Amino acid sequence: MYISTFHLMPHRELPDDFEKRYPPVWVTPPFHELADARRVGQYYNWTLDELIYAAKAGSDGICTNEHHQNAYGFMPNPNVMGSVLARATQDLNCAIVQMGASLPGTQPPVRIAEEYAMLDSISGGRLVAGMPLGTPMDINICYGVTPIEQRERFREAHDLILKAWTSKDVFAWNGKYFQLPMVNIWPRPIQHPHPPIWIPGSGSTSTFDYTASHDYCYCFLSYFGYKSVSRPVRDKYWEVCQQNGRDLNPYRMGFLQLVGVSETDAQAEKDYAKHVEYFYHKGLHVPLEWFGVPGHQDYKSLSNAMRNPAAAQNISSLKDKRYKDFLDDGYVMCGSPATVRDQLRELCRTMRVGNLMVLLHIGSMPHELTLKNIDLFFKEVAPALRPMWEDEWENRWWPAGLRRETLQGAAA
Amino acid sequence: MTTITDRRVSVWQDKIRSNVKVAGSGPPLVFLHGAGGLRWDPFLDLLTTRHTVYAPEHPGLTEGEEDAVSHLDNLWDLVLYYYELFDVLGLKSVPVIGHSFGGMMAAELAASNPERVSKLVLMCPIGLWRDDAPIPNWMLITPASDMVKYLVYDPAGPLAQQMFGTPDPEMQIRLIWSMACTGKFVWPIPDKGLKKRIHRIQAPTMVLWGKQDKLVPAVYAQEFAGRIAGATVELIDQAGHVFATEQPERVAALVEDFLR
Repeated sequence: MYISTFHLMPHRELPDDFEKRYPPVWVTPPFHELADARRVGQYYNWTLDELIYAAKAGSDGICTNEHHQNAYGFMPNPNVMGSVLARATQDLNCAIVQMGASLPGTQPPVRIAEEYAMLDSISGGRLVAGMPLGTPMDINICYGVTPIEQRERFREAHDLILKAWTSKDVFAWNGKYFQLPMVNIWPRPIQHPHPPIWIPGSGSTSTFDYTASHDYCYCFLSYFGYKSVSRPVRDKYWEVCQQNGRDLNPYRMGFLQLVGVSETDAQAEKDYAKHVEYFYHKGLHVPLEWFGVPGHQDYKSLSNAMRNPAAAQNISSLKDKRYKDFLDDGYVMCGSPATVRDQLRELCRTMRVGNLMVLLHIGSMPHELTLKNIDLFFKEVAPALRPMWEDEWENRWWPAGLRRETLQGAAA
Repeated sequence: MTTITDRRVSVWQDKIRSNVKVAGSGPPLVFLHGAGGLRWDPFLDLLTTRHTVYAPEHPGLTEGEEDAVSHLDNLWDLVLYYYELFDVLGLKSVPVIGHSFGGMMAAELAASNPERVSKLVLMCPIGLWRDDAPIPNWMLITPASDMVKYLVYDPAGPLAQQMFGTPDPEMQIRLIWSMACTGKFVWPIPDKGLKKRIHRIQAPTMVLWGKQDKLVPAVYAQEFAGRIAGATVELIDQAGHVFATEQPERVAALVEDFLR
């Protein structure tokens, strides 16, 4: 098992009545009313410090991602963060997991090929190249990309990036969405032929198929745990893998889980309850319809989603739930090290997850509590999970220089 | 009761097979539907008494042909696609009535090749933009149940109830996909340069608007008419964006008068 620490870089101090008084947390929240630029600078620095702290505590990877115009998580360019992280973790065997720069919203997409190659260079070959499709809010609304073209644009951008990384020759790119006369990017990635590619997603069948057919790692970014929507996702995903002739290597699957560790279950409630509620009530204060902007899903995915409204119900019922509900439904795993350990082991076994991502800063959590969570997680929880899958499978989706067998070989 | 025939036509190197609803008798006219899809209503029924109405489904909206829209990259493709469709239907020069998104397409067809459109009826078309009267993006309206307030004059009345009262998943899938396939050509702002081409329209033109249209405000009626030589404007009182569905007799009479 490889465990990475994810961070969203949210606004940590939204007013208590935010979700009642304000428009959605995404796209339209008024910055000048809700935030202070200097204070936001502090959030960014806390975020960087927390991720570096996690790397030092033993996190196998650290993750940042891209979102726009919101208070839920606002790193418009994750590579700006990744660059600092790559430099600050120079002496650690920690992957820089960019989850990442959104392909359909970056023009021209060779920009991502270049920035990722820079990160791979600075980090000495520690980059994991996440290739997100992007949410409708980010890509369609904030960046104006036509929804029905988003997936096709993503696919063309992906092909262009791969060719830009690997081609020995200068080439012309005559695509539908991008035309470039002479592509020859500098620098090129250290990892050969290119860094491992992860595709984050939220359960759409088209993305399963794309990921499996390309032999990449699919990362299910669920805020709803694994109990509700995740089991059908698991069954469908592994089914699609097999249809594509792939093995059942659990490192083909990443999963994001919200985690809070304390000394005891009771202490965990004291520590995390209000931050968990903040995250779900304020951080996901987004109209349901925006997750399904017409055209963002292709016809097949749209039909599946409308006929199986489980995911939609999860989103629309969030504001009625309290900490205990989020805990009971498995959206979050909070408790003593033993509680969290058992639940995570169950999650990874059930879903067949090899690349676990944990969100250890949740919503309004202050810096010190985040450090405590990171400490306890990597001291008391992570060591027990690491041996999972270890003997049977190789993590082919991890930077080769950071795989445990490589590190152990180097040490011996 | 009008007999409506479904006619599958194959165009665009046989890559697109769209359904065209055909009904009535008499000289032909073409009706281009709005972003919500083709809904055969009493207004179209009334037109069939004097005309043969051809109502094509926008590419991608014909059942089983959902991918068809992927063969048209942009507005230019879509305009040429319609000329081909007219060819297959044997319509050399024909009156075209377009509603909302279909209105924009009707204007584009009349501007690009004035010979193909003999008369033009623009029913609250999109396609022009004023910063002082921004058109809300109908694909982003939340909650979705608010849509009715933008479209219907009396959102509590029986028509609103009939149109939006009991949404079932299949209907919602069709509606969302319809907005996706039409939205392809106008996202994210419905201004794709018609203002540079609209002066080329030569067809006698009538602009119709619901006076209380909350989606595309009635100020746009003059915006269109002022750019088309000889165009007339009729405002329908106590009517919203779907005024022809709200007042079918009145609107059908205006159209028939104009086409006579």
